[in-house]
Parts: sequence; C-alpha cells; structure tokens
Amino acid sequence: MILLTQYTLLFASVLMLVALGGCFSERSGVINIGLEGIMVIGALGGALVMKFLPVEFGGAPVMVLATLIASALSGMIFSLLLAVAAINFKADQTITGTAMNMLATAAATVAVKAMNTAASGGSDVSSDIIYTRARDTFIVRFGTFEFNWFMLFALIALVLSYIILYKLRFGLRLRACGEHPQAADSVGINVYKMRYAGVLISGILGGIGGIVYITAGVSSWKFENGVAGFGFLALAVMIFGQWKPLKIALAALLFGFFRALGNVYTGFDILKNLNLPSTVYNMLPYIISLIVLALTSKNSLAPKAEGIPYDKGSR
Amino acid sequence: MEQYAVEMLHITKRFPGIIANDDITLQLKKGEIHALLGENGAGKSTLMSVLFGLYTPEEGEIRINGKNAKIKNPNDANDLGIGMVHQHFKLVECFTVLDNIIMGVEPVNRLTFLQKKQAREKIMEMSKKWGLHVNPDALISDITVGMQQRTEILKMLYRENDILIFDEPTAVLTPQEIEELMQIMKNLAAEGKSILFISHKLNEIMAVADRCSVLRKGKYIGTVDIKDTTKAELSRMMVGRDVKFAVDKEESVPGEEILRVEQMSVASNEHSKDAVRNVSFSVRRGEIVCIAGIDGNGQSELVYGITGLAPLKSGSITLCGQNITKAPIRQRAGVMSHIPEDRHKHGLVLDYPLEDNMVLQRYFEPRFTNKMGFLKRREIRAYADKLIEQYDVRSGQGAITIARSMSGGNQQKAIIAREIDKNPELLVAVQPTRGLDVGAIEYIHKQIVAQRDAGKAVLLVSLELDEVMNVSDRILVMYEGEIVGEFDPKQVTVEELGLYMAGAKREAVKQ
Repeated sequence: MILLTQYTLLFASVLMLVALGGCFSERSGVINIGLEGIMVIGALGGALVMKFLPVEFGGAPVMVLATLIASALSGMIFSLLLAVAAINFKADQTITGTAMNMLATAAATVAVKAMNTAASGGSDVSSDIIYTRARDTFIVRFGTFEFNWFMLFALIALVLSYIILYKLRFGLRLRACGEHPQAADSVGINVYKMRYAGVLISGILGGIGGIVYITAGVSSWKFENGVAGFGFLALAVMIFGQWKPLKIALAALLFGFFRALGNVYTGFDILKNLNLPSTVYNMLPYIISLIVLALTSKNSLAPKAEGIPYDKGSR
Repeated sequence: MEQYAVEMLHITKRFPGIIANDDITLQLKKGEIHALLGENGAGKSTLMSVLFGLYTPEEGEIRINGKNAKIKNPNDANDLGIGMVHQHFKLVECFTVLDNIIMGVEPVNRLTFLQKKQAREKIMEMSKKWGLHVNPDALISDITVGMQQRTEILKMLYRENDILIFDEPTAVLTPQEIEELMQIMKNLAAEGKSILFISHKLNEIMAVADRCSVLRKGKYIGTVDIKDTTKAELSRMMVGRDVKFAVDKEESVPGEEILRVEQMSVASNEHSKDAVRNVSFSVRRGEIVCIAGIDGNGQSELVYGITGLAPLKSGSITLCGQNITKAPIRQRAGVMSHIPEDRHKHGLVLDYPLEDNMVLQRYFEPRFTNKMGFLKRREIRAYADKLIEQYDVRSGQGAITIARSMSGGNQQKAIIAREIDKNPELLVAVQPTRGLDVGAIEYIHKQIVAQRDAGKAVLLVSLELDEVMNVSDRILVMYEGEIVGEFDPKQVTVEELGLYMAGAKREAVKQ
C-alpha cells in the first residue's frame, strides 16, 4: 500500500509538472505536442549531471539542485525550437511538435551511444546512463516510504502555476494571448513575447518532468526508449484537467495511480490472483486516457486561439 | 487653448491598384462629436488605421492637440490618449468585464500581483459617473452586446483617453440600446471628450453629431455643420447623387404558393428550449414576406431550417409543391437562393478569389466542369467578370481579388449577384443590408423588389424597422420562436409592431 502511494505520488508529480508546462504553452496560444521530446532532452540533461557530478561534491542539496537546473535548462533550450518555428515562422504547431518528438529520442540515443562508445573504447555501445548513487540523494526515507524531493517540487510548481496564471499580471496577459490575441495586441500586449514565455516555461517544466520520470523507479535509463509516451499522457492530463492547474493536479493523481498500479500490482493479492499479464496493467493509463478523452473532449475548454499563429496584419 | 484635438492634414495612402485615401483632411475639435461619413470602401477604415499607426501614409501629417505626432503603432496612439471602440469588439470572451477593462494597464503591487479591488472601485465609480452600467464580475460571453459595448467604452475611459473613436457602434445594437449610446456619447462630449463617430446611418448622425466630414471613394468631399444641413444633403455628398429613402414599388400581385412551412420546430444550439416553435406560414409568388423581430428570437434558426443548415425537429417544408423537409442543401439550392445573415461564415469562402466564390454552388455544373472533372477556369472567369460588371462589385483586382480583402458592402454585392443570377423561385434574404451604407442599401432593396416583380417569392428577415416597413408586402412578427402577429405594412404603425416584437402583445395568427 505504501509502495502504491509512493509510486502514485511520483508518477503524478511527473504528469503534473509536464501537464502544467503544457498548460502554460497552450494558454499562451501555442499547442505543445513536443512535450514528449522536451521530456527526453530534459531527462538527458539531468542524467548527464547525475552521471558526471561527483556525489561528494557538496552532497545531496547540490546534486538535487544541479540536476534540476540542468533538466530545466535543457528542456527550455529544446523548446526554443517550437517557439522559433511556431511564433516567428508561423509553422504548423502540430507538425513542429511531432518533429521535435522524433528528433529528441533519436538525438539522445545517438549522443549517449557515442559517449558510451568513446568512454569504453568501443566495447559498450548501449544507450544507457547509470546514475545509482546520484539518485539516492533525491530520496528521504520515512520507514518504508521513500519521499522524493521532486514530489515537493511538483507541489511548488502547482502552487506557483496557480498564482502566476490567476493572480499575476503576467498570467492575465498570457491567457489573453491564448484566447484573443488581437484583443491583447490592441491594448499593447506583445503577443509574440507572451507566447515565447509560455513555450519556454513549458520547456522548463517538461524538462524537469523528464528527469523525474526516468529516475522514478530505476537507477539507469535506456535512452532508446524515450519516455514511453509519458509526454502524451501529460497532454491527456492537461486536457482532462481543462487547462486549469488544480484540475490538472487531480487528473495527474488519477492517471498516476493507474500508472503506479502497473509497477506494484503484484503486491495486491486480489489483483495478482486475477492472473492477468503484466502488460494489461502497463496499458491501463493509456487505455484510461483514451476513454476519458473520448467522454470529456466534447465540452473542452481549450484556449480559443491555440494553434493559430498570430499575424498582426490579419483581421 | 488649442482648438483641435486631432488634425489629420492632407493624408494620402496608396495600396497596389487603389488610392485608399487621397489628400484627406479631418479636423476634430475638442469636446465635439464629429461624424465621419462615407460608403463602404470610401476610405474611413484606412484613415483610422493611419491614425492608429497601423498604416504609414505616403503623404500628410497628423497633429494631436496641436503637436506634430509620429504614430507608429497602436501603443503610440494610446499614449496620446486616443482610444477606439472597434466595430468587432476586442474582448476576451472567457474573461470577466473587469479583466477586460484593466488588461494592458493592470494595477499591480510590487510583486505584480493584480490589485482587482482597487480596479473595481475605479470602474464602479466611472460606471456611475457616465451612466455605463456593467457587472464587473460577469463573463463577456454571458452579457448582452450592449453591455459588451459599454465595457469597450469603459476600457477607453479607464485609460483616461480624451479622444474617443466609435467605429460603427450602432450596427449591433437594439433601438433602445442605440438611444442609450447616443446619450452616453453626448455626456462624454459635454465632459470635454472629443468623439469621432464613424457611421453611415444618417439618422444617427443627425441626432448626435455636431459636425460631419464626408468621404467618397477615397476623396475628401467636405465638412458641414449638422445644424445647417439635411439628411438629403449628407447622402448626396456621400453617394454623389440623390438617394431615395423610400422604396419605389408597385402594389404586390401575389400568385401561387411557393413556400409552405407547417408546424416547424427547430432545436436551439444554446438553450434546451426549441429556438423555433410550431411555426407555420407561406410565401407566394410576387410578394415579399418579412419576418420582423428583435435579434435572437428564432429568426436565424427559422432560416437554418428552411435553407437546410439545421435539421427540423418536427414539421414540414414544401417548396414549389415538393416536400423538401429532408432534402439536402444542394437540391434546395436549385430553386432557392439564400443571402445569409453571416456573410463571412455562410456566404463566402474568405480566402478564395472572388471568381471561385461566384460559382460556389454551381462549379459542378457541366458549364463549369468538364467530363473529366477538371474545372473550366476560363468559363468561371468569364462568368465572374460578367457578374462583377452587371452588379457593379468593386474590388482591387477584379475576379482574382481574395474575398477577405473586399469591403463589406462589396462582399454583400457579390453574394447578391451570385444568388440572384441563379434565377431562383424563392429568395431568402437575411438582414441583407446589415452594416451597409445608404447607397448599397438602396441598391439591394431595388434588387429585392425587382425579384418580386419578376414573379419570385421573397422571404426577408430583418431587424431594421425602416426596412421592414418599406420593403415588405406582408409582415410576420417573431417573438421567442413563435409567430405572434401578421400585418399589412400599410395598416400598422412602427409603435404597434414594437409592442409585438417585445412580446407585450400577441394574436393568434391564421395559418
């Protein structure tokens, strides 16, 4: 039971971080399908720090912060691709995002393989990064419950997102750009700048989500796997959460629960006795997301102008 | 003190193929209401875009309060105290009134937290002072068009703008709301605000403006004092010839029944109540039947049902003896023409050239498509050119002009050309003159009457009482989805109609 709670919270943190990221981007008017790719690049940035930064150097706080910053920065820089293509060049946002997803996994795999090959003199051509010791610094044990610092970061991100979107001037302007950019422009708000901000914030949160995901249960990661569709799951969480931070948090808990079930179902006799193959449990979050979206997408509250490149001249 | 708030001197702005503003001078005195009058395409919008820095004029200068001003973008205009209520409101639908008003000039503390309480107080105070009643916490999507407009006005006042521009502000309002707006404008001017009122409704200009400048085809015609002029003179300046306000028409000679609607009900998109309830009526050859009523009483849905844009919930429609209740639109379109209410949504493909829009419903005919399925571009071009010529549709590049770039009046003319040239038995025209100037209105009314005289049946839906009284042969009043009265325009007064439209009176209508 404790294990289930622990994994639920951990996966919910991932989904929440990434979905909140998506929320910022879409609220500003840019559809961010590229979250999956942003997660991969963020995970790569974080994993490299975890591999190469000695744990002895400053201990746990330094390791945690350095990893966090590295992932956030990598995610943000990668999201610039979307910002430049979608905002400056008015490219199709769905296609740009898809391209980013394909690029991210491939680029991460190539980079890690090259690194491993060079380091081992050719005997190791895997795409794995191992970070056993560094990962331990993220965790504080309360009995058998492993508290992960990133759970706290996710909570902070949730509170901050709510405040930023609804209480600050920035949030009001950002949301206006996603709903009616012409109106925002007519009162002197720079729509391009706001959209850049939205996309970059989604890069930061998506990148952090990436490192949390790959360090959730294991102490090494095979970058060929990307992040196994978690970026898309986060998009589903965002839609189910109606682009609102608090609802996103609840949706993330729900989806996180089903994802956690796949990891720990063997601990429950009832579930174990059903004798279902483990793949069924692993499929659960994805199946649930299909059902949930099919049922709820009709009354979607998506920002009205999302996906439409803003052009000052058009009336 | 400087006499003029805004001076636009000898402004010339050219676009490829057209001189939109040719040496135009506009002087707005402080504290006056100055009307800017002109037909669609006369250059009013271009002139305003120049004032707001959206276009840079080739020649001329702008002075604000006597000082030379370089306006490069709307922010510069804002800084100079110029505010505008656009014809299409710039409001975020899912925001509250308050959020919309403060957007861009939000009061914040040092951590940029919004200080809404402070803003609310200021807004309530202004709202009381100017008689601009709004509910600051209501969402824009939930309030009436009138309140949305008041929100736009408050937006300007909140920014303490002194030069207020109203771009065709009455086009979307009910008669009562227009009254209110006129009063508000007068109050604002009395308090020293300078108001530029862009319009082509002569009644309103006569009622509210102090002076009026007239543009025609990009040229400056002149400026007159309203107290020394007449409606007839203004319209002559605007159109360049005498305009008749009354519609010339003979007594109607109705023939056989063309359209019969029985017990029709249409569901509503917005409410659980049906938008059209158990409506029955008929339209005969050689008569113009007008559906009158206040906007939103089921007129749109009634037309959707007849033209096939929405399915009927119950009832039947007979057109020329054939039951078309379930007929597809293409089959109906063979005998029925439709001038839609929303010309952008249902009338034109805005990003297509004019010629393609002209054959939207006919491109598949052998005349325009060969046996292999290829379009006969040359035929389409020739056909479009013919319609453009015949109906005097003005555009920058003729048949290849993109519809979006044309003025509203000419877009409407293009639709009318297309629909009338189909030679239908029934013409359904929904607010065909909405947002158009007197010249275009006169033209469209003439075309409608000509259709009637050619023995067609005409169903006209209108919100303008002048139009209802002048054009129709028979009036049906719609209220809350039902027909509540039937009248002969010669035997009813506008006041009487108003009572029925407001639901204060109703009668059992004989079918």
